[in-house]
Amino acid sequence: MAGLLEPFQFEFFRNGTLAAVVVGGLCGLIGVYIVLRGMSYIGHGLSHAIFGGAVVTYLLSINFYLGAGLWGFIAAVLINQTVRRTKINADAAIGVITTASFATGVALISRTRHFNLNFDAALFGNILGVSQSDVWVVVGVSALIAITIFFMYKQLLFTTFQAEVAEVYGVKTQWVDTLFALILAATLIVSMQILGVTLIAAALIIPAITARLLTDSFNRMGVISIIVGALTGLLGMYLSYYMDIASGASIVLLQAVVFTVVLLISSLRKTASRRLVQTDV
Amino acid sequence: MEPLVELKHVAFGYGAQPVLEDISLHIHPGQFAALVGPSGAGKTSLLKLILGTLQPTQGQILIGGQSDRSRSPAQVGYVPQLEAVDWNFPVTVGEAVLMGRVRRSGIWPWATAEDKRRLRDILEQLGIGGLAGRHIRDLSGGQQQRVFLARALICQPDLLVLDEPTTGVDIRNAETLLHLLAELNNAGMTILITTHDLNTAAAHLPWVVCLNRRVIAEGPPEEIFTTEILNETYQGDMLVIRQDGMLFVQQKPHGHTYHDIIPHPVPGEMHVDHAHTDHVPTDHVHTDHAHADHVHTDHVLTDHVHTDPIPTMEAADGRSA
Repeated sequence: MAGLLEPFQFEFFRNGTLAAVVVGGLCGLIGVYIVLRGMSYIGHGLSHAIFGGAVVTYLLSINFYLGAGLWGFIAAVLINQTVRRTKINADAAIGVITTASFATGVALISRTRHFNLNFDAALFGNILGVSQSDVWVVVGVSALIAITIFFMYKQLLFTTFQAEVAEVYGVKTQWVDTLFALILAATLIVSMQILGVTLIAAALIIPAITARLLTDSFNRMGVISIIVGALTGLLGMYLSYYMDIASGASIVLLQAVVFTVVLLISSLRKTASRRLVQTDV
Repeated sequence: MEPLVELKHVAFGYGAQPVLEDISLHIHPGQFAALVGPSGAGKTSLLKLILGTLQPTQGQILIGGQSDRSRSPAQVGYVPQLEAVDWNFPVTVGEAVLMGRVRRSGIWPWATAEDKRRLRDILEQLGIGGLAGRHIRDLSGGQQQRVFLARALICQPDLLVLDEPTTGVDIRNAETLLHLLAELNNAGMTILITTHDLNTAAAHLPWVVCLNRRVIAEGPPEEIFTTEILNETYQGDMLVIRQDGMLFVQQKPHGHTYHDIIPHPVPGEMHVDHAHTDHVPTDHVHTDHAHADHVHTDHVLTDHVHTDPIPTMEAADGRSA
């Protein structure tokens, strides 16, 4: 027991773990909607888009959360509108808009010779750098998102299931999509420091698809996905501490292991039930 | 009586390509009508215009006398095509049906006592009580159809709109569904459906609208299901057969004879309506192409199959003996 509590004597671990658990749960919650909308690639794409925004905010010397968040939000809205108004599919729209945004960042860096921002933290996460105030931002934003989803639950569910039909039943789907773009951008911003640009996509998708394997109910899928995200955040931090590996990588690797185990179990269960049916016949 | 749905010279297209032209229609309260026409005729686009998910490029659509759907007093229940449903979406029957209450059950994410009561009642009424906890994929085609009908009915609509409700379900379930719709219509509900199945429309529906980019004709099927109107609607060779008060429609395969379609006609009075030249103007046919005929046995060319030799299609069409 003492061994389990040992890392908590360090402030960086306390801050990092709290942030990882909250971000893990938040990504689990948002991931359900992303996976069911068939936009699994959006986490990956938008995190790259936000990277471009981060460069712009640095060069313009404006607040990172505000600038990069706004950049990500605009990119998400552009993707939604492109899909809605044209024949272009979501994956293609994500590819064009987010890569163009990332390229903007790269172009600006190459033009600015005195650029000295540390990109390792942005790319792979920097849990050691999570301060008390960062934790408050993560907790505050996550709480706001959770409350919004709580009250928008029915509209979000209907829009995710059948957007066009939802509109007939009076759901303002355009407004719901815009709100979801804002939620997604905010989630990515607060997750970036913990998981890094390159690993956010996995943290968004893996808990949700793991939950999908375990249940056929939307409500239960949401609950399981949050639990998987939060628990792997906690255990991933321990793994990171004891094995001395990057926290984002340990969290995502742990999620991948959980997914593989659940996939194997559900495949075995399916095979067993098929055999039972054949035996009955 | 003021129409529940009124379309005035409505046109719609995707980009430069016109899909619907100059559509004028009235659906009155208590009416049960079907839109029929070939694939690409604009049936689903017309439904979506009425539902408000598409906007006309010309003309006006009034629902309950209002052009603004958000201010319209009329409630619309919509049952989409089963083929459009993502059956892997993690949603139970109860969760799917309660989506129909999205605007009426308050801000809390959970179902209210009123929601639960209505859910129980509507599932019982449609014969799928006890399935609320089942995943939508784990149901038969007929049960799946009823789930989405329940979702439409739980919001107590004035107008029920169904897109191809008989597609993808077997004949027995299609019959049961249409009887159910007839019961709802008898109870006063206005119903509008689209269907590919002309024989189902002929057997069950009191009013049909033949559509192919424009309204070709509208009226009771026994009056407007003529070869002339159907040929124009489907741009093909259609054969209308009447026997013992029933109406059958068959597309004549290219190069085939009547014998190929009905090799052994059953005894009884059978009339085969073929395209012919003695056109009789009719009120049901829209004015710009008004020389179609009614399939009334007293004034159209018919062949009495039980007495005369069965003619080939070519003979009946007057092209060859």
